[in-house]
Amino acid sequence: MTSTWQPLDHFLLMRGDDCLVLGHRLSEWCGHGPVLEQDMALTNIALDLIGQARLYYQYAGARLGQTEDQLAYLRTERNYFNAWLVEQPNGDFAHTIVRQFYYDWYENALLEVLEGSADEHLAAIAAKSRKEARYHRQFSSEWVIRLGDGTEESHQRMQVALNRLLPYVRELFENQPRHQMLIADGILSDVNGLWEGTEKEMKAVITEATLSFPVAAALPARGRDGLHTEHLGYLLTELQYMQRTYPGLTW
Amino acid sequence: MTTESLTRRFQDKIDQELKIEPKDWMPDAYRKTLIRQISQHAHSEVVGMLPEGNWITRAPSLRRKVALLAKVQDEAGHGLYLYSACETLGIRRETLIEELLSGKAKYSSIFNYPTLTWADIGAIGWLVDGAAIMNQVPLCRCSYGPYARAMVRVCKEESFHQRQGFEILLTLCQGAADQKAMAQDALDRWWWPSLMMFGPSDKDSIHTAQSMRWKIKRFTNDELRQKFIDMTVPQAEVLGLTIPDPELQWDEASGHYHSGPIDWEEFGQVLRGNGPCNAERLEARQRAHQEGTWVREAAQAYAAKQIEESKKVG
Ligand SMILES: [Fe+2]
Ligand SMILES: [Fe+2]
Repeated sequence: MTSTWQPLDHFLLMRGDDCLVLGHRLSEWCGHGPVLEQDMALTNIALDLIGQARLYYQYAGARLGQTEDQLAYLRTERNYFNAWLVEQPNGDFAHTIVRQFYYDWYENALLEVLEGSADEHLAAIAAKSRKEARYHRQFSSEWVIRLGDGTEESHQRMQVALNRLLPYVRELFENQPRHQMLIADGILSDVNGLWEGTEKEMKAVITEATLSFPVAAALPARGRDGLHTEHLGYLLTELQYMQRTYPGLTW
Repeated sequence: MTTESLTRRFQDKIDQELKIEPKDWMPDAYRKTLIRQISQHAHSEVVGMLPEGNWITRAPSLRRKVALLAKVQDEAGHGLYLYSACETLGIRRETLIEELLSGKAKYSSIFNYPTLTWADIGAIGWLVDGAAIMNQVPLCRCSYGPYARAMVRVCKEESFHQRQGFEILLTLCQGAADQKAMAQDALDRWWWPSLMMFGPSDKDSIHTAQSMRWKIKRFTNDELRQKFIDMTVPQAEVLGLTIPDPELQWDEASGHYHSGPIDWEEFGQVLRGNGPCNAERLEARQRAHQEGTWVREAAQAYAAKQIEESKKVG
């Protein structure tokens, strides 16, 4: 069911899929945000993330002889490698912000090390994405604080969202056996090692927000192997509708 | 100074093409007309996000997805500039939004039509943004300064949207038969509603004469509609699409296209709330507002706490 991908291609797709799937989720907010300014802010992040996804797909596509659209629109669930966190539905604004917050801290930590990748192209993508990622992290962290320390209702909603989504976070920081060679070659670094520092920083923000960092067991998430929650199928059905219905046309 | 002399001075200023600014004296009716028009315009930008937003998650390529997302975001920005311009007239954005949500305020009826295929995204950009430009370019010279300045920013983006919409359709028209048929179908459905965007015909337009004296309006509805037809027909020819008006033909004598009669009955129905999507559009805005209440309240509460904190420190 799944194709065999070279380690680097798998990594590029994994990164592209994280960005595209989360960008797609955020784009579902467009026109429905709690206030116009935040509607625009979420759209901005969606635009950045889809833009980043394209960089990874274009690089992978050049290696694989495929276009970015073929990679985005013609792969099935079992060949999508995003983490479970990013495919989770938007829920209320609290869930969207918390999902973003967890993801942003992960992405920043990862990009920081990818900037030093032995693969120059990957390092360049990381350097370009990092400016945007920093801004996203600032945005989501500020909203965690604002909503955590806002009203009783917002505080409660935020704690529910933090608890609900934390079990998805550890997957982001798991080393993939198929990336061993990339780590050995200095293309990628040990992501597991990024967890401790990142957790500490997230905790500091959550504490400032008067919220508590959840204690929760990690889920047996295997998005990186193309095993997903039930949500991704629907997301891809919508995303890929046109390309599936009218194969091979130019839009 | 008497109201009479104030009014005279006000009209003199307008006649000399000087701008009226928020702090200047203005007749109540002028203020009311502007609030009605600018808020209606702002609401249209915001409700207008919905039909196009309907295709963001299904856009056929990554490039199109990004472009559409950015376009819909521009419309949100237009809504913001316009609400700000309206607030300079002494009314709060919250009040304006309440009027929209209660159904008291109007927005452009065009957004009560559904986007059924991808080609509709092209048709909206080309025709709806195109018609918006026709209406808005003269508004850049509107007598009310904040509105005129907001329009200058908005118009730049609208013309980009229009080109983008045309380009979507051009791609379809140069593509497979299915794609061209999709484009024609979209034009068939959007043509007449786009012409209705210019409002009732001059003989039935109640506000036109006064708005022209105040230089809020520079051209009548029918003049703008004619300009739009004259501009659009040759573009349809480039696309190779047929405009769904059997009476449409070039009139040598007038130097304009002659077009068939508009179905004002349909226009009236949509205006009265009986268009295909009126209820859905309003519900979507109401839902967003309602579900966002706790977020807005929390943001306010947090801001208030910050002010308290800074007082303690200071
Ligand atoms: Fe607009
Ligand atoms: Fe526009």
